[in-house]
Amino acid sequence: MNLDSKSPSGPLEQKWSKHKGEVKIVNPANKRHHRIIVVGTGLAGASAAASLGELGYEVHSFCIHESGRRAHSIAAQGGINAAKNYSNDGDSVYRLFYDTIKGGDFRSREANVHRLAEVSVNIIDQCAAQGVPFAREYSGELANRSFGGTQVSRTFYARGQTGQQLLLGAYQAMMRQVNEGRVKLFARREMLDLVMINGKARGIITRNLETGAIERHSADAVVLATGGYGRIFYLSTNAMNSNCTAIFRAYKRGAAFANPCFTQIHPTCIPVSGGYQSKLTLMSESLRNDGRVWVPKKKEDCKKNPNDIADEDRDYYLERRYPSFGNLVPRDVASRAAKQVCDEGRGVGESGLAVYLDFRDAIKRDGEPKVREKYGNLFDMYHEITDENPYQVPMRIYPAVHYTMGGLWVDYNLMTTIPGLHAVGEANFSDHGANRLGASALMQGLADGYFVLPYTIGHYIASTKLDKVTTDAPEFAAAEADVRAQIDGLMKIGSKGKKTVDEFYREVGTMMWDNVGMSRTTKGLEETIKNFQKLRAEFYENVRIPGESGEFNKQLEMAGRVADFLELGELMARDALERNESCGGHFREEMQTDEGEAKRDDDQFCHVSAWEYKGRETAPVLHKEKLSFESIHLAQRSYK
Amino acid sequence: MKLNLEIWRQKNPKTQGEFKKYSLDDVSPNMSFLEMLDHLNEKLIRDGIEPVEFDSDCREGICGSCGVIINGQAHGPKVGVATCQLYMRHFEDGATVVVEPWRAKAFPVVKDLVVNRSAYDRIIQAGGYVSTKTGGHPDANAILVPKQDADKAFEYATCIGCGACAAACPNASASLFTAAKISHLSLMPQGQPEKDARVVNMVNQMDMEGFGNCSNIGECSAACPKQIPLEAIASMKSDYIKASLK
Ligand SMILES: Cc1cc2nc3c(=O)[nH]c(=O)nc-3n(C[C@H](O)[C@H](O)[C@H](O)COP(=O)(O)OP(=O)(O)OC[C@H]3O[C@@H](n4cnc5c(N)ncnc54)[C@H](O)[C@@H]3O)c2cc1C
Ligand code: FES
Repeated sequence: MNLDSKSPSGPLEQKWSKHKGEVKIVNPANKRHHRIIVVGTGLAGASAAASLGELGYEVHSFCIHESGRRAHSIAAQGGINAAKNYSNDGDSVYRLFYDTIKGGDFRSREANVHRLAEVSVNIIDQCAAQGVPFAREYSGELANRSFGGTQVSRTFYARGQTGQQLLLGAYQAMMRQVNEGRVKLFARREMLDLVMINGKARGIITRNLETGAIERHSADAVVLATGGYGRIFYLSTNAMNSNCTAIFRAYKRGAAFANPCFTQIHPTCIPVSGGYQSKLTLMSESLRNDGRVWVPKKKEDCKKNPNDIADEDRDYYLERRYPSFGNLVPRDVASRAAKQVCDEGRGVGESGLAVYLDFRDAIKRDGEPKVREKYGNLFDMYHEITDENPYQVPMRIYPAVHYTMGGLWVDYNLMTTIPGLHAVGEANFSDHGANRLGASALMQGLADGYFVLPYTIGHYIASTKLDKVTTDAPEFAAAEADVRAQIDGLMKIGSKGKKTVDEFYREVGTMMWDNVGMSRTTKGLEETIKNFQKLRAEFYENVRIPGESGEFNKQLEMAGRVADFLELGELMARDALERNESCGGHFREEMQTDEGEAKRDDDQFCHVSAWEYKGRETAPVLHKEKLSFESIHLAQRSYK
Repeated sequence: MKLNLEIWRQKNPKTQGEFKKYSLDDVSPNMSFLEMLDHLNEKLIRDGIEPVEFDSDCREGICGSCGVIINGQAHGPKVGVATCQLYMRHFEDGATVVVEPWRAKAFPVVKDLVVNRSAYDRIIQAGGYVSTKTGGHPDANAILVPKQDADKAFEYATCIGCGACAAACPNASASLFTAAKISHLSLMPQGQPEKDARVVNMVNQMDMEGFGNCSNIGECSAACPKQIPLEAIASMKSDYIKASLK
């Protein structure tokens, strides 16, 4: 397997402009003869479809949702980073680049991250031109706030609904191309396989989720923008339909899966409250601008009314341990610290698995209306879910799975190891290393879709000999037969099986959270690998699936996704086991400093782990892309 | 808590639907309405009955996927929330709860409580955007936007496209949805050049989709989980007349 990153040569700050000058371009009159499939309509997919349509390509856009606007990006709350330096606090492209590399614990590719920081400024201009109603100052200029892992204020936002506003901007741009006839929409279609002809990605097989029909679609290039796979943990902040199916089926066709174990556990989520819960709700990181995190110093105080606990009896542990970043340390650090105080028995709430996020001081300082203006919708959401008023009592929060840094391996052109197959947004592994900084996923999704892919995919099309293919090709028939066989197989077991899809799914989630979650051990990981093999065997004997395949059937959809999670979970455990170091969100208990911080091992693990599929019951093969740092000195990460 | 449920069951768009009764006796007040339906479905599957299909995704009131009529009210009894944010503590123990899909000609039923709202996509497609291309824009701070305009535009832009407005309206009008997008863009300087064409194209598309006319009843705004104000419709109507006279 060839893992050539194709990072351009030359000085870091000139790589992208040099590359843009060198890539081949498709003649404008020819673009309309090239069809591109874009799977996914989140920030990455919608921005890509809109931009490719504007350039003149024939774009076919797919999503599992009823409408492109419902993609999971819609739920992003806090904001989007850009190196605009509007706050005049010393920000620059280099500083955003450096913060991102350091935040990712030196496990990302320099050239990609620098490009991301460079185009970040264009994204804000682009969205403003679309009429996105960003938060503004009284001067009429754009407002900023701070996010974790940085000491500047570079996050642009639209109250607590930044993802919604950015996605609607991208969706509307895409709908304009639909109106122009350049983009064709295929909603409620789930990609179930990738079709390869002569070693190149030339199409996909989908299931129409309304009718159950299996369909073939051909193209000159395929783009996967299908989001992250955090839902493998069952409880997470991800939406109910988020899944790994599209990228996992591509992995099975030969695309390398990079750093599958790199998962982000977000420190500020509403804690689990009952066994019936279907998902967890995020309380945006932006709240850490004004909220202070604490637990009681004494275990005996944990059940007391927090407002009755005096200041000297409170442990503001982030401010204590990390005086220079305080409450704004990166997510992995904040999550681990919360787990540590709860493990010490100082957690609060009924389960003891929560810490306080307190706005008392902010309300005293700025007044309730000011706090309401910034965070009103989040406070309301919290109130509705917990039945407690956060203006009066501190919020209770706990870490939860939020984002996956791992994903399909891509080179500098965002192409996977399969020629013609590209991956953008959360679906790829690039840019965030072992830990993503807050407000950087929206930035990356839009950077990929608006400003990177439109150039690099043109290069692929212009420099590759693409024979004409139709969906009558035998490769399409074979892929469709595979998909049908899988569905028929599931329905056959499903008609007799006893255990519901949800029961299997919860078991997958529990196994993942307990052993491949916030901290990981050799023993736990080894057992998990075995347990996945067992659970998979049981699933293929005893899963219950009601209804029929030729109709709207949510249980069948979920069964297919859980089947993939049952394999992905094992892959994540293998990757976590193999990476015998702690870095970013990946914490191996065996590898920590005396102060309980992550201990990296740069000699052995300064690489991207890219896995090659070998069969459902055969171990995958590991390949490594060595990371070399030319502009940055590798250092122990410190936020003290 | 115990609940008596009456739920609309319809196999597909072509068949007739009917209400079916189910009872649940271990509902927690801390469950969301959709978690209560999940719980019912697990029970139905174990009993060999096909589960009730409904749409949902974010489960935090932002994606607009969910939405059913609960005891005659779109998104149920609580003001300003989507169905996924409605908690069972707002229901009485032993209550009868009637659940049905959005009822509007332009939203055909797919199955049970699932409807097809692609008509809303086509209204946006008709002009709900600024016709700008990727790249080549001036610095974002080159065009200043007064804070009060940006804030007001944001309020309209928070529409989640769930369809409750049309479902709640006795005329099944999509006016609030359409007007929210028009008002958002009209308040931003970037939306000005296409203001007239936008209102005409979007309103005409809304009519073409088979939505009814607005007769100022106001049920839409009352049912809206984002509480989009009714004024949006008034300004859309006057903009439409002005633009048509030009
Ligand atoms: C609650 C929450 C808050 C967040 N807040 C922030 C924030 O403030 N700032 C920030 O930077 N990031 C934030 N993030 C992260 C960020 O929102 C996501 O990483 C990002 O939006 C992902 O975008 P995407 O385009 O890659 O994928 P998504 O938006 O997840 O879109 C995936 C698309 O793929 C489609 N799809 C999936 N599978 C298939 C299939 N098999 N076939 C066909 N279509 C398929 C879906 O229908 C959808 O259209 C947040 C995440 C969460 C969960
Ligand atoms: S599920 Fe997203 S709004 Fe209810």
